[in-house]
Amino acid sequence: MSGEQDDNSPRRQAIHAQIDENLKRVYALAAAEELPDRFKDLLAQLKARDAADKAGGGDGA
Amino acid sequence: MSGGADTPADPRDRLPEAIPRLRAFAISLARDVTLADDLVQDTILKAWSNMDKFDPASNLDAWLFTILRNTFYSGLRKPRREVQDSDGFFAATLSERPAHDSRLALQDFQRAFGQLSPEHREVLILVGASGFSCEEAAGMMGVAVGTVKSRASRARRRLTELLQLDAGEDLFSGTDGATQAVVLRASTAAR
Repeated sequence: MSGEQDDNSPRRQAIHAQIDENLKRVYALAAAEELPDRFKDLLAQLKARDAADKAGGGDGA
Repeated sequence: MSGGADTPADPRDRLPEAIPRLRAFAISLARDVTLADDLVQDTILKAWSNMDKFDPASNLDAWLFTILRNTFYSGLRKPRREVQDSDGFFAATLSERPAHDSRLALQDFQRAFGQLSPEHREVLILVGASGFSCEEAAGMMGVAVGTVKSRASRARRRLTELLQLDAGEDLFSGTDGATQAVVLRASTAAR
C-alpha cells in the first residue's frame, strides 16, 4: 500500500538515515566512555616484557 | 629510532589510540561492559603476540575488530559466565521510558538495538557507525559482500519493526538534535 517494503522509497530512506544517525550516537557514546586503566597497564606490561626479552637473551624468543 | 612520520613505525605503538574504538565496538557487540573489557583485553594480547602477521599497510582497526569479533563469537559457543547481566551498558543508560512522543529517543533506540542478534548489531555498527565499507566489513566478518548488504538491510528492517517505525505515525517529523543531545547528556550523567 504505502510501498514501505521498497528500500528506495523516500520513507524507507528517511528511516535508514535516522537509524544510521542513531547508530553513530550509540557508537560515539560507547567510544566516549572513560577507559579503564587496565588497558594502559596491560600495554605497559607488554612493552616492559618485550624490552626485558630484548635486553636479556639476544636470541631468546 | 622512529622514522619521524605521524604514524608510528611499530603498529604496537598505534594500539593505545585504537583502543577506544575497539572498546566501543566490543560494547556494542557484547552489550556488557565487563564482557567487552575482557574482549578488549584478549584482543590486545592476541594482537600483541601476532603483530608480525599484521600488514602495516592495511587497516589496523579492521584487523583488531576482526580479532575481537572472532573472540566474541568463539566465546558465545562456551557456557556463559555467571556475571553477565543481560542488559549491562544499555540498561545503564535507560532512565524511565519517556512517553512515546514524536521523537525517536536514544533510549528507545538502544533498547531496540540491544534486542537485535549479535550478527545484526555487528553489521550495523561496522557499516552504519564505524564507517567501514561493505567490502571491508565482508573481510572482517568472513562473508561475501552481498551477505553484508542483505544482512544490514534485514537488520535495519528488524530495528524498524522493533521501533515501530512502520506504524504509520510520522515519528521523525519532530526529531530534534538539541533535544537528543540533552537526552544523551542526561543518560551519560545518570551513570
